[in-house]
Amino acid sequence: MAVLVYADSSDGKIPNSSYEAVYYAGKVAAENGCEAIAITVGELENSTLEGLGNYGVSKVYNVSGDQVKDFDSQVYTKIVAEAINSSGADLIVFPHGYVSKSVGPRLSAQFKAAMVVGIIDYPKTDDGFTVKKTVYSGKAFAYVSVSSEKKILAVQSNTFSPETSGNIAVVESLSVDVGTGGVKVLEVNKETDKVPLTEASIVVSAGRGLKAPENWKMIEEMADLLNAATACSKPVADVGWRPHAEHVGQTGLTVRPNLYFAIGISGAIQHLAGVNGSKVIVAVNTDAEAPIFKAADYGIVGDAFEVVPKLIEAIKKL
Amino acid sequence: MNILVCIAKVPDTTTKINFVENNTKFNTERVQWVINPLDEFALTRAIEIKEVLGGTITVINVGLADTEPLIRKAFAIGADAGIRINAEPTDCYFVGTQLAHYAKEGNYDFILAGRETTDYEGSQVGGIIAEYLEIPFISGVPKFDYDGTTASMDREVEGGKEKLTVNPPFVASIQEGVCEPRIPSMRGIMSARTKPLTVVEPIEAGTFAGVVSYELPPPKTGCKYVEADVAEELIDLLHNEAKAL
Repeated sequence: MAVLVYADSSDGKIPNSSYEAVYYAGKVAAENGCEAIAITVGELENSTLEGLGNYGVSKVYNVSGDQVKDFDSQVYTKIVAEAINSSGADLIVFPHGYVSKSVGPRLSAQFKAAMVVGIIDYPKTDDGFTVKKTVYSGKAFAYVSVSSEKKILAVQSNTFSPETSGNIAVVESLSVDVGTGGVKVLEVNKETDKVPLTEASIVVSAGRGLKAPENWKMIEEMADLLNAATACSKPVADVGWRPHAEHVGQTGLTVRPNLYFAIGISGAIQHLAGVNGSKVIVAVNTDAEAPIFKAADYGIVGDAFEVVPKLIEAIKKL
Repeated sequence: MNILVCIAKVPDTTTKINFVENNTKFNTERVQWVINPLDEFALTRAIEIKEVLGGTITVINVGLADTEPLIRKAFAIGADAGIRINAEPTDCYFVGTQLAHYAKEGNYDFILAGRETTDYEGSQVGGIIAEYLEIPFISGVPKFDYDGTTASMDREVEGGKEKLTVNPPFVASIQEGVCEPRIPSMRGIMSARTKPLTVVEPIEAGTFAGVVSYELPPPKTGCKYVEADVAEELIDLLHNEAKAL
């Protein structure tokens, strides 16, 4: 038995969500007395690859080259499938994101392996294999029993806190005949200077209470000062004040930051679904009866245009 | 042009979630069932494309007879034909395998689904179909165009977006942003009754995952208020008390 974990990378860097997944895999492997191995794709410094040992894997496979420069689910599936076969893994872990959503289901079909996503706890193995996941867009949790021989898990970001061991992993290059995929990537636009919303430990989110798109300047300023990501409610994305990529809630993104500011957001049930995994929720709203205060840990009943500048001044003094 | 759109039945997004039978079953009492909102975006975008290029849109669902009103709703929005695979949708592997088996027989230019359902959040059905059919799969698409030969789309990735093209056949999973939702017209509702809804029996396929029990998040213990004119005190509380800053 072995545990295989996919570690994502972008511009030579491994994101936190992948370190979380590697740590998760290492911990499950240690508990079951087996080896954890990581698979990485793309050009990465040897020290970065070896450094994954720090998070709990003993071996790291790397596949790089021109054919894997762009993401294609068929190409990446071949790579992870080869890593599964080489390692003999029966548990495959992903950080939950676009790679898990694109590659995981293909592996599920290929290996007749159940896949469970949005994992927020370590598996219980005393009686079968049970994992805890978010359901109903974060409104509830489910314990899911998995019975297939091979199992695929995608872990929710901002959920596990990696500890480092100082170990170094052995790096092996893996040769895979990846062929060519059907997807032609024309352009990649990543805001490298900004924290990705699903990874941010602080999120500053605003809604219709801001009255107009130009009023987001203060929200952006506050987010910058806190090294936070900005987010918004559905109505604001629907009218085009903010991009849909920022919409958190039932049909948008689910976030689980340490701290979530809801500014001028009333807190409809669909919005709360996407944010109630946050550890601390702060609400600022003119309406004392707004449902957001029922979900909040801290609240200010007041006008965002008066409150936010005061918060910004106080943050500057921290 | 032939498009297949996968739709699932989920509770309306305003549903208050609770459980019965010792937290082992979702409480369906007074629940309003709808087409999974992300699937509906996929369907609506498919209809918009069909209105330009012509063709047939088939919706497909794995479910028992109680999902038929939702297939009729899809007809009212503008789908031309409906398939119901007569089985309880047990897990993603089972549902994906059923859909793939059906899709293989048809000659579809492309297959669309929502990125995930708003209930189980499996996000796998599209990818499973694509693997069985050995065709490309693009997950999380907020912008989708098709000119009759090539599809151009955006794909959301962590921290950004990619623009890409792909030629049919392929599977894409759609998310919000792709189009505006559509309210069925009276004409659509009238014609929905006469459109063909075919029931097919499932094939043998395994089920490997099942919910053992559910849990609700612990209720919040209460909100601590700070007066608006001393808003700066909130930052102090977040820093020293909540240790969140």
